Amino acid sequence: MSLSSLPEPVRSVTIVGASLAGHASARALRDLGFTGRITIVGGEEHRPYDRPPLSKDFLAGTAVASDLWLEGENEDLDADWRLGAMAASLDPATRTVMLADGRTVTSDAVVISTGSFAKTFPQLPAGVHTLRTLDDAIGLRAELTPGTRLVVVGSGFIGLEVAATARGLGVDVTVLGTTGNPLSRAFGTAVGEAVQGIQERHGVRIRNNTRVEAVLGQGGTGGRVTGVRLISGEIIDADVVVLGIGSIAATDWLEDSGIELGSGVVCSEVGETSAPGIFAVGDCSAWFDPVRGTHHRIEHWSDSRDRPAIAMAALLSIDAPAKALRPSYLWSDQAGSRIQFAGRLLGGETVDVEAGTAEGGDLLVVYRRGDEPVAVVGINQPKLVAAWRKRLTAPAIARPAIARSATSASEPSEPAVSIA
Amino acid sequence: MRICALADIARGDALRVDTVSPPIAVFHTEDGEVFAIDDTCSHQDASLADGWVEGCEVECPLHASKFDLRTGLVDAPPAKRPIRAHTVTVSDGDIFVTLSTADPNLPPGVTL
Repeated sequence: MSLSSLPEPVRSVTIVGASLAGHASARALRDLGFTGRITIVGGEEHRPYDRPPLSKDFLAGTAVASDLWLEGENEDLDADWRLGAMAASLDPATRTVMLADGRTVTSDAVVISTGSFAKTFPQLPAGVHTLRTLDDAIGLRAELTPGTRLVVVGSGFIGLEVAATARGLGVDVTVLGTTGNPLSRAFGTAVGEAVQGIQERHGVRIRNNTRVEAVLGQGGTGGRVTGVRLISGEIIDADVVVLGIGSIAATDWLEDSGIELGSGVVCSEVGETSAPGIFAVGDCSAWFDPVRGTHHRIEHWSDSRDRPAIAMAALLSIDAPAKALRPSYLWSDQAGSRIQFAGRLLGGETVDVEAGTAEGGDLLVVYRRGDEPVAVVGINQPKLVAAWRKRLTAPAIARPAIARSATSASEPSEPAVSIA
Repeated sequence: MRICALADIARGDALRVDTVSPPIAVFHTEDGEVFAIDDTCSHQDASLADGWVEGCEVECPLHASKFDLRTGLVDAPPAKRPIRAHTVTVSDGDIFVTLSTADPNLPPGVTL
């Protein structure tokens, strides 16, 4: 890692992106003893907040915005906050961030934590939503009145969580998945059947292996959504449509920076980009993954929270003791059921149901490479997941880490629906 | 209050004690230290005894909030409110806990 052109020591850091990874970066800098200037640029007006509840408790109305703030009681990061300010460009040579309003911020080091955008389509009728931000959730919630017909396009975590929450609000919900059972492509059919059962018992209609051809609306631009049309020609009426079809890294503002971009900002295994003194963390970053031997963009909440501590130690040139890579962890709460995943799936693992049944909604599935357990999924099995998580084997390293390898792997993305 | 013999909790393990309300969790760390905190996460209803322990820190098994085992303070979100830490003594191979007299920070929907 070369930080030779960086001022030593680093006296100022600009963090671009004020969500989980940006907030965790600021915290990590202070925890590591950094006393210099921290400037935090955030595109939204809000203080850092937690996004997972946006599709669950917050959408249901059982949590309010103040429940979501990430800053702890009495936390003071002593930062200069620039909220409601979109970053427009970055000059890596001077580490100057240009904001959309024309202001600039120059510092010794820059942390890119701009997250991702929900995939969507241009020129959609009114009543079609994506869910990424607090304001998205407020807008969607206002439309989820009892009896409303909601069509959710995509049967991934966001789509399923929105579906379950909306059903709980008395909404008539249909989920259109592009695969077999929901989540089955990632986790196998047993998990897929269990998740589908949970949703269906909750009153959500799940349609698998569908392809949406068009989102239909009244009249011209700004007309109200009326439904979706499948490639079979079938029309499904809808008052509200939610697109849960994946995300793309929010790196458009870096396109002219010369910083290497792939599926996200291409980074070393400690988060340094191709430009000295510039790091990237969270959903927008694709860190080198020594197990895969490629760069890999991860959108898991826990990685966005925990990796900044590694990156900030590197930024400050602190030699932190090497820690074993912890297995990834993610959760989803749907219709009162808790779905948990821990470990690492590379494809080709054997799948064993260790406890429960799909019908019972109490499944525990263990994934193995050879005899070694490498991942676990639990549905309403928090104790077994906790126990298995400690027994997971870290996979072998594919090849030694090479910082800033020229290639970057794109993740296979959710098959897009085409909008006619 | 006597909890159990030190040997009853292996290093790296934790014991949920539900004879008190709210229940507490007693941790025996890999380093051989013993800590006692409220078992219920302050964010949502989950048993911290099932959590992931690293050093002097436990991560909630549900939503990954982190708490300092020594103080009960939040080390990482989404939890924002601390949990109570209780005083532990180990005497003649037995674990004793003196409960904190502070009010517990229970998650929404959980009452004593």
